[in-house]
Amino acid sequence: MDKNMKAKPRIGDKAAKAVIWTAALLVIAVLVCIILYVLAKGLPVISWSFLTEVPRNMGREGGVASTIVSTLLVTFTAIVIATPLGIGTAFYLAEYTKEGIITRIIRFSAESLAGIPSIVYGLFGFVFFVEILGMGWSVLSGGLTLAIMILPTVIRTSEEAIITVPKSYREVSFSLGGTKWQTIFRAVFPSAIRGITNGVILSVGRCVAETAAVYLTLGSTLRMPTSLFSPGRSMAVHFYLLASEDISMENAYGTAALLIILIFLINVVANTAVNRMIAKNAKR
Amino acid sequence: MKLFYKCTAAITAILLIALVSGCARLNDGVILAGSTSVQPFAEILAEEYYLLHPEKIVDVQGGGSSAGISAAQSGTADIGMSSRRLKENESALWSVEIAKDSLAIIVHPQNPVNDLTMEQLRDIYSGKIGNWSELGGHDAKIHIIAREAGSGTRSSFTDMVMGDVRISPKALIQNSNGAIRLLVADDQNAVGFISSGILDHTVKPVSLDGVLPTGENIVSGDYKLFRPFLFVCQAEPTGETKAFIDFTLSSHGQRILAGEGLIPVAKGVIEP
Amino acid sequence: MIKFKEKLSGRIFFALALSSISVLALITVFIVVKGAPMLGAVGGLSWDPEYGEFGIIPMVIGTLAVTLGAAVIGVPVGICCAIFLAEFAPLKMRNIFRPAIQLLAGIPSVVYGFWGLMFIVPFIRDHLGGAGLSILAGSVVLAIMILPTIISISEVALLSLPPHYKTGSLALGLTHWQTIYHLMLPAAKSGIMAAVILGIGRAVGETMAVILVLGNAVAIPDSILSSVRTLTTSIGIEMGYAEGMHQEALFATGIVLFVMIMIINSLAQYVVRKK
Repeated sequence: MDKNMKAKPRIGDKAAKAVIWTAALLVIAVLVCIILYVLAKGLPVISWSFLTEVPRNMGREGGVASTIVSTLLVTFTAIVIATPLGIGTAFYLAEYTKEGIITRIIRFSAESLAGIPSIVYGLFGFVFFVEILGMGWSVLSGGLTLAIMILPTVIRTSEEAIITVPKSYREVSFSLGGTKWQTIFRAVFPSAIRGITNGVILSVGRCVAETAAVYLTLGSTLRMPTSLFSPGRSMAVHFYLLASEDISMENAYGTAALLIILIFLINVVANTAVNRMIAKNAKR
Repeated sequence: MKLFYKCTAAITAILLIALVSGCARLNDGVILAGSTSVQPFAEILAEEYYLLHPEKIVDVQGGGSSAGISAAQSGTADIGMSSRRLKENESALWSVEIAKDSLAIIVHPQNPVNDLTMEQLRDIYSGKIGNWSELGGHDAKIHIIAREAGSGTRSSFTDMVMGDVRISPKALIQNSNGAIRLLVADDQNAVGFISSGILDHTVKPVSLDGVLPTGENIVSGDYKLFRPFLFVCQAEPTGETKAFIDFTLSSHGQRILAGEGLIPVAKGVIEP
Repeated sequence: MIKFKEKLSGRIFFALALSSISVLALITVFIVVKGAPMLGAVGGLSWDPEYGEFGIIPMVIGTLAVTLGAAVIGVPVGICCAIFLAEFAPLKMRNIFRPAIQLLAGIPSVVYGFWGLMFIVPFIRDHLGGAGLSILAGSVVLAIMILPTIISISEVALLSLPPHYKTGSLALGLTHWQTIYHLMLPAAKSGIMAAVILGIGRAVGETMAVILVLGNAVAIPDSILSSVRTLTTSIGIEMGYAEGMHQEALFATGIVLFVMIMIINSLAQYVVRKK
């Protein structure tokens, strides 16, 4: 009897471990397959002139410089708008309100909105920002539309990160005489930062990769954007147009490979920043 | 903490700018918007135009025919690009045909079928003919691939091939030329229609009633399957907009379009 | 001063919450207003805008089939990966794997679509039959696309558990897996459910990738090798060229989609609360 009790969990442990390792390796294999596919097709195209020249002849010749700039501008705008809004909302929901019907409705609609196809956000942005507010196709219209699109994800992931911070942290802070404000920023925020940045990084990825919503609001001109009010063409849109109208598959994959490299860089920078921040807090 | 206030201030500023700018269109120059199929050609025209008039800005946006027409209606864009004819409720708009684009019926290169009649094509797409053996090919189910409802390519195909007969609901739908070509190149039993400008060795065009979509047959008008490319404006164009449209319709502009495989509307631009 | 700060911060948070909520409300209203006129007309079985038929029942079925397929493949794999990252992976592997997963989230969905069209669709066509464009192809591509969401959010949920959960349980003599299964997973339930819901939401909402691999035929499927169209691909594929009633019908499709997602979410929340 005693023996059985001990033997079973061990087998279970091993089986579970095997399943989990298999799943992880499978995902790694798929990941490698996709990334290698894109890089193998795209890297040969990338050169200094590909990075620094503006597309010519529909994108069959020249580089992708203007699309890189457009992508960075529109993503930056979206993140600058959505991050404070989303995190602020999450703190408000998690720390300032009692759990009730209103918070539940808000959480519920945020989750539901995350499933609306991006082209609907794009049409909303097109009608509201481009046409009604008269901003035209511009970085600003695109950034605002993307900000709305990622807002539900930012709210939901941040809120989840805040909620999972153990109650005891708050209690200790309050008992030491901390105000609510201090508690949030000294105790809760640092512990939740990994979850929050995780959500933000996911959102950055979505912004960079978004096609339909950007296409309708940022536009797709090949000219270099010069201000918040210039139209532009993001890299994802460039890939889409080149590949789907079959203008130049080589340059399409070149763009996609660059996009992957770009997202990789963003992730590395963000992760390093978070790790530093966490390490700093731990020292204190 | 300070960062937090700074961010809040930044958003407020951005939103304020957005509201203030709300009244005026900030971009001068000509803006084109609309159909993805017309867009690449308009880009080439804009590039060439820029070489002639470096001081004039021409921006080309996509969005689809409907977005383009809507933008032309509201004045967000100066010119809407459409690859479908205008609907009745849009007929108040000013429009001009800039070129025609012929459609090729394509199959896998190893498919033994080389020629179809209009009637056979109609029967394939309505689902009446379901097997290649009925057309002299292998004994295999036909995978029909069509474009999406609303697209200029599909409505031209419906007008010119289908007539009153409906395309089968089992037809596979793709929304771009590139994807259809990729699929047909890969699937021995598929048939699709794409803009003949992007034909290459990976797929085989079949002749329609004995006529192949070659440059000669297209220009001479013997090949019957094409769709119109339109420029649409809110009203009779003036100034910069008119100058760009005039350039498009000039022999210079038309020659550029013909060079990309389109059928020019101006006669005598190219020798067949 | 502190009191003032205290009040101000509360106000700022309230203002931020209010503005995001009003923005979200605005887009909801936009969809409803645009789609309401045609909402009564979308109940049929046949979708043929050229003939004024706007039935979306085949697409509702298609959406359910593809989403279910993606969830069946993606959710278990995703949660396993999250457990792997949080508990089993050697530190070095974790440091490579985590950014790699985030990388997946940033690849444009069109790229997934073309990848699926190059690898998955021909594989299904050659080995399983049919045209390859199918529910199965769509489910596989979607499952891959929702992995980053599921993995990274569930991993964070597992990592944010206080360390004494684990130490306590191990001290009591439970094995590592028992600790994970009986203590950590239930404790991280809310986070993992959020991950799954967001993931499924993403699967339902993802357009560009599945447009290329689903085939988008408007017919009721008879096997997982049939081509279907989902509500989102219908919107994605036709919105750019639709006008008038056709466009309104697509917005009505959006309303139906919204309601479907709400139902999925409420079911999920109900399940979470019941346990």
